[in-house]
Amino acid sequence: MTDTRITRDEVARVARLARLALSDDELNALRDDLDAILGYVAKLSELDVSEVEPTTHAIPLEMPTRRDEVVQTLSRDEVLSNAPSAEDGMFKVPTILEGGN
Amino acid sequence: MDKGLHTLTLEQQLTQLDEGAIRAVELTEATLEAIEATDATVNAYITLDREGALAQAAAADEARERGDHGALAGVPIAVKDIILTRGLKTTAASRILADFVPPFDAAVVERLRDAGAVIVGKTNCDEFAMGSSNENSAFGPVQNPAAPGRAPGGSSGGSAAAVAADLCAAALGTDTGGSIRQPAALTGTVGLKPTYGRVSRFGVVAFASSLDQVGPMGKTTWDVARVLETIAGHDPRDSTSAARPVGGYCAAARRGPEAVAGMRLGVPREYMGSEGGIQPAVKEAVHGAIDALRDAGAEIVEVSLPHTEYAIATYYLIATAEASSNLARYDGMRYGHRTEEAADLAEVYARSRGEGFGAEVKRRIMLGTYALSAGYYDAYYLKAQKARTLIRRDFEAAFADVDALVTPTSPTTAFRLGERVDDPLQMYLADVFTISCNLAGIPGLSLPCGQDEDGAPIGLQLLGPWFAEERLCTIGGAWEALRDG
Repeated sequence: MTDTRITRDEVARVARLARLALSDDELNALRDDLDAILGYVAKLSELDVSEVEPTTHAIPLEMPTRRDEVVQTLSRDEVLSNAPSAEDGMFKVPTILEGGN
Repeated sequence: MDKGLHTLTLEQQLTQLDEGAIRAVELTEATLEAIEATDATVNAYITLDREGALAQAAAADEARERGDHGALAGVPIAVKDIILTRGLKTTAASRILADFVPPFDAAVVERLRDAGAVIVGKTNCDEFAMGSSNENSAFGPVQNPAAPGRAPGGSSGGSAAAVAADLCAAALGTDTGGSIRQPAALTGTVGLKPTYGRVSRFGVVAFASSLDQVGPMGKTTWDVARVLETIAGHDPRDSTSAARPVGGYCAAARRGPEAVAGMRLGVPREYMGSEGGIQPAVKEAVHGAIDALRDAGAEIVEVSLPHTEYAIATYYLIATAEASSNLARYDGMRYGHRTEEAADLAEVYARSRGEGFGAEVKRRIMLGTYALSAGYYDAYYLKAQKARTLIRRDFEAAFADVDALVTPTSPTTAFRLGERVDDPLQMYLADVFTISCNLAGIPGLSLPCGQDEDGAPIGLQLLGPWFAEERLCTIGGAWEALRDG
């Protein structure tokens, strides 16, 4: 684990990865917060876990199977009922390709 | 003077309904009146469903007349606003879901409805269940009815406050790191976090999927036991829900103080030492409860959970990593807030999320994204998953020796509203006694256990082995009998 202070550029990079538009004030505040929290969690470096298996779930999981049957699902109207924008029974999303026609 | 039907316990309400002494509509009206009289101050509810509740109450009365009714027919229940309710707005206390009306019910809501419960409304909470004070809600903070001016705890603060202020008979909460037990402790109510997998998570807004669990909050152990019997059980729509049979939790809660005779109860050295910064009144009250259980015949032994000091660091890496992944779905396309101004698709995502999420949610998404990002994954996320194994093993070793553990729920009683909002790390550190339980996946029960010098409630926590909810209800019922004896 690193003990150098997280940089503002690094915070901005993480915000881009997380798809979060943040103001300058937010970036500055998050830099301080993340710094404090990462400083605290560095405590885990005291532990020798080289021989330890990771736990992803507390209870052992099985991979259940189910019958491949058609069941009642939501109607198209129900699925679209919370859409910020919908048209002709479809989600309407912003333009993602420029230029062509 | 008659204090009103809404002030009765769920058990008392069911008894009166069973005897035909009261009707569900009458009980629901009394509850709605109490909400209208006091909730402007408490702010326990985000959305009230007056019409729906009265219709469900009328249906419960009819079912009772036919002699064909469910286990909760006619009792008013509140549901945390992170649990989907068909046709009833579900916000997760976030601006990003401020207008979201689910097209389906969560599994636990279906089960409540099938049992005839009257769902009165949706309770306030920390945004996406991220917080320990309910101050991270986009719909304002909640007052602690048991300690005015103080926080009710979180994240299920509205559910706890609704129970404490007699604004429902019982409520559903969710618990990812203590979010049922800590607010129960801070408001003088009872809260049960079931074993991971005991209750279906289908239809519950996901925060940290390997830790989240739905559970009941109420006034007594029997009351939460009744709700747990209703909501527990396998659900094919949640592959992590357990196929084991549901226990007889109500019967278990009724076994009396004698039932603890011969039990071995462990007191973790790491929880009761000075490191946790425990408030003296909390320590004293918990020791008092331990003494009472010993006098009732339980054998009290000291145990060690040596990795306790790593639990908070482990939790805040795993929970935030899972949250950053779960919350990626809020992209402003299919549901939720979409920004008005953006030049391209990437900007729509980023702005919608930047505008829709509150500060704590952003903080956790950022921390989780960082912990999962290239170059840091092994050092943070993988390391935390390995530390989680050590924490789980601590409990396996402890439960090889004892039947259950007895601890404080929270190191302090309720803190003042606003007191901790500027220091997120301090807020995290207060979860020290509740967090390991989620990492290990075991069940936990918080019960009222006295008050501090200012009259603020103190919580006693019982932790049991995987799927030992019956045993927790037995010890909880015994403790209540001893306390009120």
